[in-house]
Amino acid sequence: MPMLPKTWLYIVQETLRSLKRNGWINFAAAGTTAVSLFILGVAILLVIDTNFIASSVESDVEIMAYLQDGVKEDAVTALRAQIKAIPQVKDVSFISKDQALTSLEQQFGQSGQLRQSLGGSNPLPDAFKVSTTDPRQVTGVANLLTRMPGVDKVRYGQGVVEKLLELTYYMRLIGLTVVVLLALCAIFLIATTIRLTMFARRREIVIMKSVGATDWYVRWPFLLEGIILGGAGAVVAIAVLFFSYSTLASKVMETLPFIPLMYDNLVLLQLFLSLLAAGVGLGIIGSLISVHRYLQA
Amino acid sequence: MIQFFNVTKTYNGVRALLGVTLQVEKGEFVFLVGPSGAGKSTMLKMIFREEVPTKGQIYVCGRSTIRMRHHEIPFLRRQIGMVFQDFRLLQERTAYENVAFAMQVIGASPAEIKKRVPEVLEMMGLKGHAGMFPQQLSGGEQQRVAIARALVNKPTLLVADEPTGNLDRDTAWEIINCLQEINNQGTTVVIATHAREIVDTLRQRVIALEKGRLVRDEYEGAYAHAT
Repeated sequence: MPMLPKTWLYIVQETLRSLKRNGWINFAAAGTTAVSLFILGVAILLVIDTNFIASSVESDVEIMAYLQDGVKEDAVTALRAQIKAIPQVKDVSFISKDQALTSLEQQFGQSGQLRQSLGGSNPLPDAFKVSTTDPRQVTGVANLLTRMPGVDKVRYGQGVVEKLLELTYYMRLIGLTVVVLLALCAIFLIATTIRLTMFARRREIVIMKSVGATDWYVRWPFLLEGIILGGAGAVVAIAVLFFSYSTLASKVMETLPFIPLMYDNLVLLQLFLSLLAAGVGLGIIGSLISVHRYLQA
Repeated sequence: MIQFFNVTKTYNGVRALLGVTLQVEKGEFVFLVGPSGAGKSTMLKMIFREEVPTKGQIYVCGRSTIRMRHHEIPFLRRQIGMVFQDFRLLQERTAYENVAFAMQVIGASPAEIKKRVPEVLEMMGLKGHAGMFPQQLSGGEQQRVAIARALVNKPTLLVADEPTGNLDRDTAWEIINCLQEINNQGTTVVIATHAREIVDTLRQRVIALEKGRLVRDEYEGAYAHAT
C-alpha cells in the first residue's frame, strides 16, 4: 500500500473529522456491527458449548458386554486381555455377577431383601464395561465384542450416540450458517455507512482527484474509518459477551452443576481476539466495497 | 503541450467529438468556443484524462493519455490546474485551507505549504481574505481562490471551463486578467468560454467547435466568424 509517511497525520485527521461529522451514522454502524458480532459470538459459544456438552455425553457412552453363564475365570482373564488389545478401547473393567447384584441392591436401598426374594440364586451375568477412545468407534467395538467367545450379549446406548453426533453436526451447520449471514449483514452495514460518509464528502473527493491525489490517498481515511467502526463494534460486543457469559457460566455452575459449560480463559481469549479480527476484517471489506465503487465511478 | 490526432468520442452512440486534430504549444493562450453541446467540455475532460477518446490519440504534457496506466493519472493531473464555472470550493474550509488542501493531497510537507500558500494568495490579490470562508467572499474572490488552488502546485497547463460563466462583466474581466497574467509567467492556458466580448477584445488564438467538429482555428481570432 503505497503511502508517504508525512500524509499519515492528514489521514488520521480526516478520519477523526469524518467520525465527528457523521456522529450518528457512525454510531449506528458501530452499534449494528456490535450487535452482529455479539450474536456471532453467542452463536460461536453455543456451538462450542454444545460440542462440549455433547463430547462429555459422548465420552459417557460405554459398552456393556454380558458373558454367558459359567465362563471360567481363566477364560475371563483371556477375554479381558483380548478386549484390551483392541486399539480403540480406552478402558476395560470386569463386573462380576456379585458386584452387579450388590450395586443393584444399593439402588433399591434395602440390603439383603433382594437376595432373599431371589432365593439365593443370582440371575445376573458377569460383564465387562468397555469405554472407547472416540465415541464414534462405539458401534465398531461393540460388533467386535459380539463375536468374541464367551460373550452373550452386547449393550450400549444404541442410537443415542448416533443421534448426539447428528445433533452436534446440525448444530455446527446451523451455527456456521448464522455466522456467515450475520457477517454479511455487518459488511453490508459498514459498506453503507462508508458510502454515506463518501457521499457527504463527494465534493472533497472530486477535488482531491482533480488536483492529483492518488487513489490510495483518497482510500485511506475511509479504510481507517471502516477499521475503527468494525473494531469499535467488536470491542463493545466482546465486553458484553464477556460479562454476560461469565455471569451465565457462574450461575449455571451454582444451580445446574450437571450441565458442563466451557469456561476456559484461553478459549475465550481466542474467541475474543477472533471477534476483534473479524470486526476489523468486516470494516476493511465493507469500506473497500464502497470505496472501490466510488473510485470506479 | 496538447496534441489531438483525429479524436472521436461517442457516448452510447451519440457523437460528442468527431475527428478533431489540433495542437497547443507550451506557453499559448487559447480560447475554446462554440455553442453548448459542441464538445468543449468533452475536450477538456479528455485533456484531463477524465475521459479517453473512442478513436484517435491524445498526448498531454508529452504523454499518451490512452496508454497511461490508472495509477499514473494523478501524476498527469498534478501538471494541470483546473478551474470550473462553479468554483468547486470546500464550503467548510477557509480560503487558505482550500488552497492548502491541494498541496496536502499530493503529499507536500507542512513547511512547503506554509511557504507556498500565502505566496499564491498574494499573487491572486487575496492576502487579506485567507481566513475567510467561501460564503463570506464575492463570486470573483471565490474564483480567484479556485485559481490560486489550481496554481499552487505550479502546473505547466491551466485549463478553465467557463471560468467567468457565473460572474458579472467587471468581475469576469478581473478573472481573465488574472489568467492572462498567469500565462505571461509561462503557463499554458486553455479556456472554454461563451464570453464573446472577452474573446473579441483579447484577439488570442480561438478554436471553435460545432456539433463535435473543429470548425475554426485562428490566431488572433474572434468569437464568431470574421465577416
